[in-house]
Amino acid sequence: MPIDEALLERMLLLESVSEFLYREADLLDERRYTEWLDMLAEDYQYSVPLRMNVAYGETDAREETRAGREILWFDEGKETMSLRVDQLNTGLHWAEEPVSRVSHLVTNIRLDAVELPEVSVSCRFLVYRNRVADETDFLVGRRKDRLRQVGDSWQVVRRELLLDQSVLLAKNLSIFV
Amino acid sequence: MTTVEEPTGTGARQVRSLVDVQKGEISREIFIDEQIFKAELENLFPRAWLFVGHATQVPNPGDFFSSWMGADPVLLTRDNKGELNVLLNSCRHRGMRVCRYDEGNTLQFTCPYHAWSYSIDGSLVDTPGALHGVPQQKAAYGTNLEREKWGLVRAAKVHNYKGLVFANWDPEAPSFDEYVGDFHWWLDNLADAFDGTEGGTEAYRGVHKWRIRSNWKFVSENFLGDTYHGASTHASVEAVGIGPGGKGKRRHGERQNEGGFSKGRMKTSFRRGHGASDNIAYEIPYPEFAEDDLDDYFVAAWEKRKEKLQAEGRLLGGRGPATLFPNMSFAAGFPRTILVAHPISPTETEVWRWYLVDKSAPEKVRDWLRRYYMRYAGPAGMTEQDDMENWDYATESSRGVIARRYPFNYQQGLGQETASDLAGSVHSHHAIAGEVNARAFYRRWAEFVDNLSWPELTKLAQVDDRTTEHVAETTDVAGGVKVLDAVDVVDGPPAK
Ligand code: FES
Ligand SMILES: [Fe+2]
Repeated sequence: MPIDEALLERMLLLESVSEFLYREADLLDERRYTEWLDMLAEDYQYSVPLRMNVAYGETDAREETRAGREILWFDEGKETMSLRVDQLNTGLHWAEEPVSRVSHLVTNIRLDAVELPEVSVSCRFLVYRNRVADETDFLVGRRKDRLRQVGDSWQVVRRELLLDQSVLLAKNLSIFV
Repeated sequence: MTTVEEPTGTGARQVRSLVDVQKGEISREIFIDEQIFKAELENLFPRAWLFVGHATQVPNPGDFFSSWMGADPVLLTRDNKGELNVLLNSCRHRGMRVCRYDEGNTLQFTCPYHAWSYSIDGSLVDTPGALHGVPQQKAAYGTNLEREKWGLVRAAKVHNYKGLVFANWDPEAPSFDEYVGDFHWWLDNLADAFDGTEGGTEAYRGVHKWRIRSNWKFVSENFLGDTYHGASTHASVEAVGIGPGGKGKRRHGERQNEGGFSKGRMKTSFRRGHGASDNIAYEIPYPEFAEDDLDDYFVAAWEKRKEKLQAEGRLLGGRGPATLFPNMSFAAGFPRTILVAHPISPTETEVWRWYLVDKSAPEKVRDWLRRYYMRYAGPAGMTEQDDMENWDYATESSRGVIARRYPFNYQQGLGQETASDLAGSVHSHHAIAGEVNARAFYRRWAEFVDNLSWPELTKLAQVDDRTTEHVAETTDVAGGVKVLDAVDVVDGPPAK
């Protein structure tokens, strides 16, 4: 059977992207935040809209708040992200003292668009946090990433998370989701 | 064994005995106890003026916004005459929540259960929220159903204060203006634009809503005047710097707390329970911005406001943070945001945050403020994250049997209150320390929770016994109750 070269190419690309996203999860869960920041492009844009309870037929118009204009959980670039890392590194950030136990699970990874040197990737995330004793949060949802090839690896250029909660059931978002 | 009194014949504990403002000791029971929580839901929230939402969230006829008042879901609606209504979001038939959407537009709420429908269209019903449609009405009820009696329950009073919409379930409650008193200066600074334009603000779309495992009063108390916590709680964000001055600059701007008490900063505590972290004579211009065009914009806004207010004979301070009794907290400066702490259980609270911006703000200002608010406040806010850690674990570790035997200490500045020019208020003895606001809040809270009548509540509020000067309310209150003489008041703390 002849090998489908295009398919093979795509599989290798997917493997490379997946490997990158898993490594990113490892860095976050190992609290290597400064190294993790290097995985983000300088023009990185991160947004996590609020999700609302709206009528069928109104989802496009109303379900999520809009980046760049309205109030979101997060709508920021790399500069603010690095301030957050600085805050964690003070050792005085009580929301994460003592440090939480966090696992980032990334799954359902698909290539949405291949426009090298950039690709659009969709996935699901499950972020589990446990802290102190019984304080446990599950943050689950869909994620869209735009990645850019840099050397033999990638950087995240844009990331949009759709968190499947309207009222946030965690007391804060002091971890990177 | 507990140290609290047994329930009295009224079905509620005498919670006033748990709040000793003379000694500055407050029992932990008020943050933990189920019975007290029930008494709050019964006696406080249905009688207090509560913040429901912002008028700009419902600009058009038929627009609605789902909110809460205490433990009850409500709908803030604008009817087809343009009037605002606050309706209990529970069907009169079997209680189904008639609307589970967070926002939308409709002139009719149809219950999914058996399809009773309620209209806010004045051409169909006399009263907005009235029962309009009942499936098979004739077969089901013949001529017996009095539809005019079975509309959605309406809040007895609704008040739109420069776009801030408040409601009260109690028809006997004092007017909003009386309830607020001279604390309105802080609400003015919240609702007016940065250049002083009256009511010149609107809410950004999107309300942060999140659950915390803490008693709701920790939240109200924190914003009411606890400037003491900042240095420790917010040390990490202050070390990093997220403010208008750019990276490394203070989170509220460099001028915040400038000069402190020497420059006349004092907290303001109202006998009616409201409190602010500052006073209206404490004047600090808007912060310095790292970017020139933003700096120019805010300098111009400050100058314009200064000119306007001085022409009106008004003082320029009063940005908070502050709490309108009982559960609406806000800051009227940097950031400018409203918080409501909705009670769920003694140890669980749902926190909502709205963010305000000048209607006339240019795109750059609007976007800068929006980003600043999000990195500052809400569950992802680099400042607010650390507050929640404190409130949650303060609640949790107060639950123990031994812990409950020991009250909290509220003795900062006890007996050192100073007179204020504003009716029914006093000032703290210090710019940062000073728990006078919290003492007044819990004192008022206990009077409500013990279900004192409106005449009793009004009478108590009319004389401030916290200073030797006994600043009486200057205004003649509704109902013709005259200003009381200071000698009517006993049990005041020793004044110095
Ligand atoms: S519960 Fe609403 S119609 Fe029956
Ligand atoms: Fe705080």
